[in-house]
Amino acid sequence: MVRDTNKHFKFDWTTIILFLLLVGFGWLNILSASHTGGDIDYFDLSHSYGKQLVFIFLTFVLIILLLGIDAKFYERFSSIIYIVSMLSLVGLFVFGKNVNGATSWYAIGGMTLQPSEFAKTATALAVAKHISDLNTNINSFKDQIQTFIIIIIPAILVLLQNDTGSTIVYGAFFFVLYREGLPKYYLSIGISVIILSVLALKFGAITASIIGAVLIFGYHFKNRKQFSFFKALLALLLAIGLSFAVKLFYQNVIPPHQQDRISLWLRLEKDPVKLQQMKKTFAYNLNESEKAISSGGFTGKGFMEGTRTTGKFVPEQHTDYIFSTVGEEWGFLGCSFVVVLFVLLLLRILHLAELQKSQFSRVYGYGVASIIFIHFLINIGMVMGLIPTIGIPLPLFSYGGSGLWAFTILIFIFIKLDSNRINEW
Amino acid sequence: MRQFLLFISIIFVGLLFLSRLFYLQIYTSNEYDLFDDNAIRKVYDYPKRGFIYDRNGVLLVANQPSYDVMVIPREVEPLDTLEFCSLLKIDKEQFIKTYNKARRYSPRLASVFLSHLSKEDYAALQEKMRKFKGFYIQKRSLRHYQRSIGANVLGDIGEVNTSDLKKDPYYKMGDLKGKQGVEATYEKVLRGVKGIKFIQKDRFNRNIGAYKEGKFDTIPKQGKDITITIDSKLQAYGELLMQNKRGGVIAIDPSSGEILTMVAAPTYDPNLLVGRERSKNFSNLIWDSIAKPLFNRSLKGVYEPGSPFKLMNALIGLQEGVITPNETVTCYAGYKYGNRFMKCHCYIGKRNNLISGIQESCNAYFATTYRKILDKNGNASTGIDTWSNHVKSFGLGNYLNNDLFVGEKGRIPNRAYYKHAYPKTFYSTYTISNAIGQGEVATTPIQLANMVAAIANRGYYYTPHIIKSIEDKILPEEFTKAKYTTIDKTHFEPVIEGMLQVYKKGTAASLQVKDIDICGKTGTVENFAIVDSLKTQLTDHSIFVAFAPKNDPKIAIAVFVENGYWGSRFAGKIASLIIEQHIKGDITRKDLEEWILKHSLENEYAKPYSGEPFKINKQTRLQLVDDSEYKRLKRRLKKLQNP
Repeated sequence: MVRDTNKHFKFDWTTIILFLLLVGFGWLNILSASHTGGDIDYFDLSHSYGKQLVFIFLTFVLIILLLGIDAKFYERFSSIIYIVSMLSLVGLFVFGKNVNGATSWYAIGGMTLQPSEFAKTATALAVAKHISDLNTNINSFKDQIQTFIIIIIPAILVLLQNDTGSTIVYGAFFFVLYREGLPKYYLSIGISVIILSVLALKFGAITASIIGAVLIFGYHFKNRKQFSFFKALLALLLAIGLSFAVKLFYQNVIPPHQQDRISLWLRLEKDPVKLQQMKKTFAYNLNESEKAISSGGFTGKGFMEGTRTTGKFVPEQHTDYIFSTVGEEWGFLGCSFVVVLFVLLLLRILHLAELQKSQFSRVYGYGVASIIFIHFLINIGMVMGLIPTIGIPLPLFSYGGSGLWAFTILIFIFIKLDSNRINEW
Repeated sequence: MRQFLLFISIIFVGLLFLSRLFYLQIYTSNEYDLFDDNAIRKVYDYPKRGFIYDRNGVLLVANQPSYDVMVIPREVEPLDTLEFCSLLKIDKEQFIKTYNKARRYSPRLASVFLSHLSKEDYAALQEKMRKFKGFYIQKRSLRHYQRSIGANVLGDIGEVNTSDLKKDPYYKMGDLKGKQGVEATYEKVLRGVKGIKFIQKDRFNRNIGAYKEGKFDTIPKQGKDITITIDSKLQAYGELLMQNKRGGVIAIDPSSGEILTMVAAPTYDPNLLVGRERSKNFSNLIWDSIAKPLFNRSLKGVYEPGSPFKLMNALIGLQEGVITPNETVTCYAGYKYGNRFMKCHCYIGKRNNLISGIQESCNAYFATTYRKILDKNGNASTGIDTWSNHVKSFGLGNYLNNDLFVGEKGRIPNRAYYKHAYPKTFYSTYTISNAIGQGEVATTPIQLANMVAAIANRGYYYTPHIIKSIEDKILPEEFTKAKYTTIDKTHFEPVIEGMLQVYKKGTAASLQVKDIDICGKTGTVENFAIVDSLKTQLTDHSIFVAFAPKNDPKIAIAVFVENGYWGSRFAGKIASLIIEQHIKGDITRKDLEEWILKHSLENEYAKPYSGEPFKINKQTRLQLVDDSEYKRLKRRLKKLQNP
């Protein structure tokens, strides 16, 4: 019996402590960003910090539930979880509530729930299940297509609901598939496409084509033995085609507000009058958040002392732009602390994933790390102006019940799976 | 290898973020400064500006409330523009123009819609204000000059300009600051210290509460009241006498250096530079390049001193032992030196000693004296330096270093000054014009008044100053410590006797005032102007210096009247009247007063600009003021005597 009790508590406490640190520090910053003066009533549900505290308490209930369920349950029911989740996304077209232009919420009583947050977990489970199936060979084209479909369904559903940010998150599964043996040329092509697209937008299609051509010939010059003239020519034509296509795509397909974001990111706009105009409109958030972070300096202005935070200068500061509060009030030290916490959490999950004996657990663990990583990359990158503005939350940090719970579920399913590995010893 | 892609990506992104943070927060970040933080609004609480009193406790400058109509465009609701415009006394076009301007500036923030409402308009508007949503009235404090005198003494306050902002970080855009006169010199005393409140703003620029519960806020410190040395009644009288004339009058109390009166004519009503019309009026004043009302002639007007300067030469002659009071010089209706001749109005063969020399203002006597001073050691080069040092000990030829906002050095030459014109040989005759206060010497009225004060005190003076007291503060030593001249006390008596004789028998005999022993000296100074690019002689300046009473001097005065011709014609009369007014508090020489009020020099001043040839001095005729002007002046006089 004693052994049995021990068994249940052999969870990876490193991950759990990192999780708790992030949630706790996140809440302090939400408090600062959403507090409007006067006394603080921690359970005042008319304030975001009050609600978030309630969400956090509910999270603990959720954790107990998740860890209580048998680890086999997640693998066995992954398909059903996935289907239910997809249905909940489809249901949004009928029952969804529109917030800020995205139809991504169910309104239940006074609360709202965002199914797309949970769909990421469901997809991670489904992908893990599919890849770990004995019949699946990721090198076969058929299985690649099947896996892609699992991933692309939720991606398209959220895109149709105008939630571009969440769509991009599904790109995270590339890391998972690559780890599990997706052919290398996917990586080469993927990186080439990204580089060429950026070059084409920044320096024009012709420059991009020339650089593409030089790279291709450089590559083939190095590998002369395998040199195939036709392959090289094909690659060259594709590169040129892509370069021009990107420009056309950018100008004709991408909606204007996203064009603006990209143009701001790549510094395409040179006219100072227009730049000024941008700073007042769509670049306003970014400009204010950079200013807030910059004004924090080395040690920050102190908890609840940030003047730009108190003045609510950064819109959406308690949700997507929460990192700017950290920047202003906790300075370089606080920001580095957060970045390091995230890096440690990611590396820990990655490390645990690699230790898994069951392929399902490993693929799922990879999924968890990849999803959190993409959020971390895009959110903090955006707040600091390194990445075009894409609205996704900072995991465990940003205000929001759905987000917090979804990430809790994501992580704690993995902790449970991992504990199963430990318990099996 | 495949395991490492995500691993490397995570590490890379972590490092990328850290370096970006380093760039944003350490590399490009400045030390936090509350004043630079545009999330914190700095609201200043302006203290009451100190009042200014005259030496007798008469209030000269106070504050008055002024009312600005403010507008917050987004809060404006449809209104009866016709009624609103008629209340504000503007037309509809102006309404639309100002409204749009305010809207462009900011729909959320208040702009000034109409500044400086009069009290009457304010009263009428205030009752109906609730009808006009989005508009409100803001009270400000402006200066109120109780009397329309002393514009050049008191100065004015105006908004700080960019160079003020750079020089003194105390000032913020839109603050008021003393620009001229006492308002400028005693700015720091009068203004007090403004209080500051730090208020947290939100991104719409709205106030959302005190920053850190007002921990850093300060309370304003009231400005101090000051008392100046001006006698407002005497000042008003002086300004009245100088109507329709140009020049300066400075009266000093020799026993303390306090400036009793400082008139610069023409002058203006200081209230012109207050309120809504300020900038228009200021333009009118500053662009009047002919009368130059903003040019403080009593402090900045550099004139050749003329005959009053002979007193200096007499004193130096006595000090250097080159003349004695009784030694005589024969005048040949002039003074011959080399093959040149300096005219004098004495008859040929007149023998003058020191006293009669002063009394008759004999050019020959002082030319002789001047040459004796310079040639004392047989070397005019060192002689002129000795002479120059004596003169400078009276405060001439340099700034007085007092508390007046403006000043001029004037010019007292020495050998170095002439080095360029006369590099090798230098004889006393080269600079003989200095003997009679013409040539290279130049002084301002205040310097001349100070010179007379030093003579009145028999050898010392107090730096002329304008401040009498600042609440509890003690005046600086430089104003209370006597400054001694290089002339021994004994040498003053014969000179003073000569000055007395000027009044008894000499050039100012017609200006005597009963029961007061006035010691004075007339002056008539040739002057030139460039007219149509030709150096043209204009009518002489009328100059007079005096002090009284002889044995217990209470006032020392210098009067300059531009183009007034001979000394006793205008300047002498004005000096006598001011002396009598100061000592007796009443005027017995009503005839002089009447004459001064009636006569104008405006036609004289118009001549160089007429474009026609004109005559000067003897060939001119005096202009009488017209009836309405005469009546106006009489009314002012009456008001002055019975306030």
